[in-house]
Amino acid sequence: MGEFKVHRVRFFDYMPSAIRTMAFNSQTERLAVARADGAVEIFNFNDNFFQEKVIPGQDGRATEALCWVGHRLFSAGLNGEITEYDLENLRPQYTVDAYGGPIWTISSNSQGTQLAVGCEDGTVKIFAILEERIQFQRNLNRHKGRIISLCWHPSSAQIAAGMTDMIKIFDAETGHATRRLLVDRAMGASKNKEVVVWSVGYLSDHTIISGDSAGKVQIWNGLTGTLVRTYLVTKWDVLVLSVSKDESSVIAGTSEGTVIQFQFISSTVDQHDKEWVRTRTFRNHSHDVSALAHTDTAVVSGGMDTQLVVRPLLDKVEKNTQESALRKIAFPHRSLVGCAKKAGLLLFQFPDRLELWKLGESEGHVCLMYPYFVCRFLQGEDHICCSALSACGGWLAYSTVSSVRLYRIQYNNTISINKVGTLARACSRQPVHLLCASDDGKWLATANTDCEIHIYNLHKMKLHCMVPVYNSCPTTIAIHPVTNNLISVHADQQIFEFSLVQKEYTQWSRRLQAQGLLSLWLERDTPITHITFNPKNPDHIILHDTYMFCIIDQSLPFPELNAVLWNQMTLKSLPVSQRIGQSHAFKICKSFQHLMCVSLLEDLSLVVVERPLLDIMSQLPAPVRQKKFAT
Amino acid sequence: MAALYEGYTLCGLVPDQNLSSSGIQGIEEERDRDHVVVTDSTRSVTLYKVSDQKPLGSWTVKQGHKLTCPAVFNSQTNEYVAVTDNKVIRIWKEDDILLDKAFKATVSSDVWKVHCTHGGEPVVLFQRGAVRLLDSLLAAPQQPIEEVLAQEEAIRWSTIIVAETQQFIIITTEQKGEHFLYLQRLNPNSVQRYRLEREEPGLSPLSFSATYRDKHICLLYLYPNGHVYQSVLSVRGLGTEEGVQALPLPRSLLLGLPVGDGQLEAASAMALDEAHVAVVGVPHPSAGGGKDFLCIWNTNFQTLQAGKEIAGKIYGQLWSYSNKVFIPHGKTLSIIPFECPKSSLASALGKLKHTKTEESKTPNSVPSWNNILHGEKAQPSKSAETRRTRTTRKSQSTTNLTTDQVLELIKTAPVEEIQKEVEGFLTRAEFQDLQPSVGQLALTLVSRSLADPAFYSSSTLAQLVHTRCLCHSVCPDLVLLALEKKDYFLCQLCLQFFPDIPEAVTCACLKAFISIPDVDAEKVSLEPDSVEFMENLITRDRAEAGLQNGFSPTSSVVNDRQTRAEDVKKKASAPSQLSCPVGLHKAVLINEILQTPYSDTFLLPHLKDLSSQHVMLFLQYLQFLYLKYSQDAFPQMEGFRSPSLSQIMDWVCLLLDAHFTVLVMTPEAKGLLLNLHRFVKSQVRLVSELGKIEGSLQELRKMKAKESIGQYSIEIIELF
Repeated sequence: MGEFKVHRVRFFDYMPSAIRTMAFNSQTERLAVARADGAVEIFNFNDNFFQEKVIPGQDGRATEALCWVGHRLFSAGLNGEITEYDLENLRPQYTVDAYGGPIWTISSNSQGTQLAVGCEDGTVKIFAILEERIQFQRNLNRHKGRIISLCWHPSSAQIAAGMTDMIKIFDAETGHATRRLLVDRAMGASKNKEVVVWSVGYLSDHTIISGDSAGKVQIWNGLTGTLVRTYLVTKWDVLVLSVSKDESSVIAGTSEGTVIQFQFISSTVDQHDKEWVRTRTFRNHSHDVSALAHTDTAVVSGGMDTQLVVRPLLDKVEKNTQESALRKIAFPHRSLVGCAKKAGLLLFQFPDRLELWKLGESEGHVCLMYPYFVCRFLQGEDHICCSALSACGGWLAYSTVSSVRLYRIQYNNTISINKVGTLARACSRQPVHLLCASDDGKWLATANTDCEIHIYNLHKMKLHCMVPVYNSCPTTIAIHPVTNNLISVHADQQIFEFSLVQKEYTQWSRRLQAQGLLSLWLERDTPITHITFNPKNPDHIILHDTYMFCIIDQSLPFPELNAVLWNQMTLKSLPVSQRIGQSHAFKICKSFQHLMCVSLLEDLSLVVVERPLLDIMSQLPAPVRQKKFAT
Repeated sequence: MAALYEGYTLCGLVPDQNLSSSGIQGIEEERDRDHVVVTDSTRSVTLYKVSDQKPLGSWTVKQGHKLTCPAVFNSQTNEYVAVTDNKVIRIWKEDDILLDKAFKATVSSDVWKVHCTHGGEPVVLFQRGAVRLLDSLLAAPQQPIEEVLAQEEAIRWSTIIVAETQQFIIITTEQKGEHFLYLQRLNPNSVQRYRLEREEPGLSPLSFSATYRDKHICLLYLYPNGHVYQSVLSVRGLGTEEGVQALPLPRSLLLGLPVGDGQLEAASAMALDEAHVAVVGVPHPSAGGGKDFLCIWNTNFQTLQAGKEIAGKIYGQLWSYSNKVFIPHGKTLSIIPFECPKSSLASALGKLKHTKTEESKTPNSVPSWNNILHGEKAQPSKSAETRRTRTTRKSQSTTNLTTDQVLELIKTAPVEEIQKEVEGFLTRAEFQDLQPSVGQLALTLVSRSLADPAFYSSSTLAQLVHTRCLCHSVCPDLVLLALEKKDYFLCQLCLQFFPDIPEAVTCACLKAFISIPDVDAEKVSLEPDSVEFMENLITRDRAEAGLQNGFSPTSSVVNDRQTRAEDVKKKASAPSQLSCPVGLHKAVLINEILQTPYSDTFLLPHLKDLSSQHVMLFLQYLQFLYLKYSQDAFPQMEGFRSPSLSQIMDWVCLLLDAHFTVLVMTPEAKGLLLNLHRFVKSQVRLVSELGKIEGSLQELRKMKAKESIGQYSIEIIELF
């Protein structure tokens, strides 16, 4: 295949934002994750944990809590507002001020008729959930001290509220506090430091479980108001709790980065009196675990270290399958880098700004010109959804939830701005998350989260056809510049090629489906986020995920099912004459790690944008505790 | 490990202009552990409640007067006693508001200090060395006071110590560069004078600390060159003659603290308990200069156990009451709680609890709660399955009894029938249902065996244990029953399969195993795998020894010279040719003990019950194992259940911890101890090497980071 010159770029200092909170919807198997910059991401657990929707954040929107009510998603934050999201248009639908100061927590009752929010001023406010909006109903009796955490009893008759130094149980009907559970402060020197109940859980047998800043997980009897068990699990804070749906297991996340599981089981065989027993400890984070979700089969956790970790419970899944593998989601499942192939420009998308860089030039290994910074586009309050750069580098477009902007860039340092109107609405219910146009400007392909791909003819300005719907969401699509075939890669790692002219899958695609992809390819846990083509050789398709990039040569045979997928080392060791027999269509290179973008420029040099996770780690604040040897 | 906890501030200080003294004269314990009286260097006395960090009362003398000794609290009368202007003794109660209206008495000579122990009567120490009880002094305040000290001799430090019922005043003095120590007994009064050994010329002790333990007074003193000495004074046989001539006071160097360059100026060392010393003002060995630390050293192991940086200037003052250190620094008086747990060799070595991953080999279903909760997903263990298929054929004739029927049967039926039925039951039952019923079966079997001494069904019990559905907490009497019946095979199975045997039972097994006569042990049939392992271990060694020099040493055709040469060689490689000190089967049983999980805190008290012969034998065996393992020639036998090297080391440490004094006194143990010392030393070296490696590995990582490609580079890759 030959040699490539590679521009290895590491100056995209993308920094994911810390995970603040999350909520799991077990009906739809969707996980909503809120980050510290206000962005909300929706992951589909039925489809390889694909991040199907991203609602960009906004300055000043600090989301503290998320809550699903059926298909509706609510959030509340320290700006004192309750927000409902429009999951079709990916923007906040409306916000309601609770007039109680910063909101720490939000919780809905099991029928989905009422929302309770806990405010800084010590009130628990109940809102009625109506069609299309929510309406303030009443306050529960006010108490001094902020309400940090809330949990409804499954019968919706009581609410447990975690405060400083105590937990209060309110009667949801009358609004009176019926019980007050005093939480012990930490032992020793910090005795005069008040203890904050960061999280409470309320089970149907009236057991209350609390996690607090003194590092305790406590089990209370909510009927009598007595303490049943105390587990001291950390020297620092227990920040979050999550109860499984069948109420047999509770997980607690701590500042140390550990997640500790408690299970409701009988301690000896043949006894029926069950109790809460500390069972497992997971250590997948280096920093605070501030968000947790307990799904039926896995523990999902996230926190300061910005990674979302899905840790399957090995007693609930089949061992040694893809299902039982630990997953870490570190990067967004979409491309944040734009590349102007002709001009050698890179566009980096940050939540609040865009940066345009010019690549360097070189003669072999010798760098003649270093890359330099061209310009920066600062965006105001609303964060950027997506951005694109034209191949010539002369046009730049980006959008926020409210507007689309188009810039004309001329390289004598003057920049003129043109704003264009919104395009006609596409005929789909779900939001379009992928868009691509063919190089000749004739075709436009869109993909939405219902897994549909539509093709439009831009010359005639009408729908050309629809690609047969596959049951996994496309993670990236591209139209081949020469053959006008649409390549789509899906969350389950399948690759399809669809001929726009013949409106059918190509022979190559059919052959690939018939033979099947190797399991090593299918078991990769990051999606393909970008596809480019080789302008000199139409057989080459270049695609990448976080850990590798791959050049698919359509002229070569597919690997046999028992063949080695990563065969570059073997090929290297063989003499040239024997290479032909051994090589197959997938040329995989793993020498660059944690890829944000791989693209092929006009002059056939590769651009590789890396963002090593270690660099991200090193920018995080110091963790509270580091493990050393066996301490 | 001793530990220093997060400190907190008791009060602010008003240090001198030139920061030479902290502004605090003394801190004394008040009515209980939570109250202290703080006397500042000028005019006021303040009572604090420590846990609340708040002052409860404060008393000040008039302008122009000066407190010259720290106030003490007389718990007999609930009064405070202090001295102003060297001669005026003042006594007041907590509810007195004005100090000037309180009781005063002027005495005829200058007072050095008033000392008082909790529950004792205050004692007045005069500057010239005389001592009076407060009551007798107040009876006649102007009574003449004798001079005990010589001319030009001045008190440097004093304290009071209660030894049993006796009170002792300890005074150190300085006279022309020489230091003396007075041990003054009260009631009846007697005094003994000691001369402190000279340190390098010009050095005088910076601080003293005295404690009473084991009928001796231990005096600890720190010199500016960082040496901490300990002198032990007997409180018996004292004071027959008045101590006119000074006895030399023997001392031993307890610690040589690193002082960096120069000498210590303001520093203090204080004994916290018999093994721990708190030191302030001495630089931390691994921190740079210019920083002040409070450190806790272990004197037994000469190790630094805990350190805490202290901000601000340190005045070399240090007090300690009820597990808290009071330390004035900068402009605050801080309280730092500490903890000095009894240290053991194991904890000093930094023992790494190593558990060989046994789980991977044997899918043990007992301790996993998930299997109990979500039994449907539990995988039946292979051995159980194969056994089931094997026994299916045999038991087809038996009637299908339910659990309850089998339980009833066990209560009455003879051994053979029970055996048959239980076997049949085990074959029929689904693995998931086995868990509770096996527990019930075992429980009933054991209780019948306990009630009826004639009844004992070893094979049935073994079968039940083999299902791996049993654990100790389900059937707590099983192991002890097996021991009682001398059913060592069952013991072995229990030790192997039960994850939760308490340390007491482990120890009982150990004792029983060690004391079996070798002849009896060989008759026992044990698990073949473990026996094979031990056989390999022993015979391999013999075979090697036998084949040394290419012929067998027993061959009779060798001449004298050759045998002698061989003897020399044998001695040289003596450790490798150690013969196993216990018989094969006994060794197998002991190996099983070594592999059971334990917690050393719970094990230690039980280990102390072993007799010294047993300890010797056990240690010899452990040493044998250790040497075997550390020989390079010994291939780690994979697939066998065998104790790991660190398990062996842990047990050696534990045994030494439990029996060290006894072993030191036993002459036969000397060689053994020397050997053990040698390999403990090698372990210590290993740990310290590990510490060194840590540093260099970190360096390596840094170097790698520097090599990395930086922000941008252009590379050439080749794809095939």
